[in-house]
Amino acid sequence: MSISGGRPTTLFDKIWDLHRVGRRADGRELIYIDRHVLHDLHAPHAFSKLSRAGRPVRRPDLTFSMQDHSVSVLPGRTEDTYADGAAFVRAMREGSRKNNVRVFDLGDPDQGISHVVAPELGMVLPGATHAVPDSHACTVGGLGALAFGCGTTELEHILATQVITLSRPQTLRVNLLGSLGADVAGKDVALAVLSKLGVSGGRGYAIEFAGPVVRALSIESRLTLCNLTIEMGSRSGLVAPDEATFQWLSGRRFAPVGPQWDAALSHWRTLYTDAAATFDREVDVDCSNLEPQLTWGTEPSHVIGVTGRAPDPAQAEPGKRAAIERALKYMGLAPGEPLEGLPVGRVFIGSCTNSRLPDLEAAASVVKGRKVAEGVTAWVVPGSSGVKREAEARGLDVVFKDAGFMWGESGCSMCAGTNGDMGAAGERVLSTTNRNFENRQGRGVRTHLVGPALAAAAAVTGRITDVRKLRS
Amino acid sequence: MQPFDRISGAAVPMIENDVNTDQIAPLQLAKGLSPDWGELLFKRQRFTPEGAPTDHILNRPQYQSPVILVANENFGCGSSRESAVWCLTGIGIRCIIARSIADIFRENCLQNGVLPIELTGESMDRLQAAVLVADGATSFEVDLPAQKISSPDGLDIRFEISASDKVRLIEGLDEIGLTMKHLAEIEDWEGRTRANHPWLQTAHDRQV
Ligand code: SF4
Repeated sequence: MSISGGRPTTLFDKIWDLHRVGRRADGRELIYIDRHVLHDLHAPHAFSKLSRAGRPVRRPDLTFSMQDHSVSVLPGRTEDTYADGAAFVRAMREGSRKNNVRVFDLGDPDQGISHVVAPELGMVLPGATHAVPDSHACTVGGLGALAFGCGTTELEHILATQVITLSRPQTLRVNLLGSLGADVAGKDVALAVLSKLGVSGGRGYAIEFAGPVVRALSIESRLTLCNLTIEMGSRSGLVAPDEATFQWLSGRRFAPVGPQWDAALSHWRTLYTDAAATFDREVDVDCSNLEPQLTWGTEPSHVIGVTGRAPDPAQAEPGKRAAIERALKYMGLAPGEPLEGLPVGRVFIGSCTNSRLPDLEAAASVVKGRKVAEGVTAWVVPGSSGVKREAEARGLDVVFKDAGFMWGESGCSMCAGTNGDMGAAGERVLSTTNRNFENRQGRGVRTHLVGPALAAAAAVTGRITDVRKLRS
Repeated sequence: MQPFDRISGAAVPMIENDVNTDQIAPLQLAKGLSPDWGELLFKRQRFTPEGAPTDHILNRPQYQSPVILVANENFGCGSSRESAVWCLTGIGIRCIIARSIADIFRENCLQNGVLPIELTGESMDRLQAAVLVADGATSFEVDLPAQKISSPDGLDIRFEISASDKVRLIEGLDEIGLTMKHLAEIEDWEGRTRANHPWLQTAHDRQV
């Protein structure tokens, strides 16, 4: 069935059209936001502007607050463990309470990173719209929800009106072809797409990820894939929901039940791109023979396979040489140098990209029976308190702690370092996060983005290691 | 929001690709909820860990109060942090000119009365050359109503901007107030959705 009157439409069009409230005089469209999730780094500013303007939050019942960016993740933390974050945590709590917004505070059994908690609790649903004052709002596209990362002023606007004002983006379909080998998952696929599209290839588009690879991905891996949509330059990424999605959502805390579930389900089953629909642009990425991927440089598109070599600027197009040289220098790499074997100082497994249960299981399966190599600092920070609980029920915490990992409380931690968690200058860090910019994880820190299995392999060998070699 | 009409002053050349919001606003270095945004701007590049100024372009005397920043491709990529715009306005910048500008950053500019101009091809080559040559000594003018960038040396470049963005900037209107004029439509939408797709209009917590 097509919602837009018989014309073949894309999944994006179906969701967008259903959420159009009206059109502004300037031509932009007002899009209704079904679920709005806030976090402590940006929401306090919006709350205080709103209260200065004397405006109430229009739909507190559709709004949720998460404490994630400025909280300590050390075991036994309180809001004062990271003293500089305490003001944010308190302002978030007060702003939320004053506006009747439910806050998932420190100590709440479901506190965690917004992009992990919102899907996990079934707050976000297929075909729903979602906004977070955070660029990785796009994560929930993995469930077939249309999400918009937004700024602080837009956040304030949504709080006051429950709509966002947008120009309709164009549509791009990325067809992921082939099938995946062992130790290759959502993160590797996303990095492979990034190396093809570049960091601005998706700009101005809403991306739909399609093809046999996506169908075979776990829901968690789809969330990881969509998480990196913003790294491609695009605000929204989508995967059409399927029976696996519906099963995953069923019984979750905020998911509909009874007759509402049945009605939702029959609507969700219409959420796919019609066969005859066209996109403004299409890109194919063949994922057969894809190795575990990692970044060598200082942009998320600086990607190679784990057995690959850093690029040689002499072989690059003249316009790109200077940037490659600068990235190599920052990363402490020689032109053409293999990455495998490079010593690693720190390993971070966490963030809204790769901190869900299957991520931790993939890492634990490598770590089990091994020890963190000498001189390596290794952390696991579960994406939510719920993930932490489930992991502990399966004994994963023991696997990590026995090996010498720090097993943390949930939060963003050293993904962006906004809670003070950072690496040391010059340190090589294997990180399951999403941004490897210069200085992001601390001044001079050399970040390689990887999936959880590769991160774990580096922790136990002390070097960048092809995890497949540890599997025999 | 401060309306945008014409501005003129020094233009900083930062002819780099993919300048990201982590660089522009290194929030890890910000203390408290309302830091000095202008001081935070490019702090990691402008100062050594010990706090000594580097040779960063924004530390040069001629660029102490610039109003325009000229970049290259994909300016403002990375995190959605509106504070990146606040850092730029913190030192007086009101206009970003780049070959391309990241979507969320671009929107954040518009929300703060900062004009984001995307200029490509030969026009951009000429502008970048002129700004480099001027090295802060010439005042560039950006005229939004006329969609023109000019300088006393005879530079005269036309730029494109969507009619809607132009109106927003020139009028500097209160976005929330404008949307509230559509309140009846918002309420209609909610009513329809409550009937047709009720699960979207309630976020029912089964644990309470
Ligand atoms: S984990 Fe990192 S990318 Fe994700 S929301 Fe937190 S800081 Fe942002």
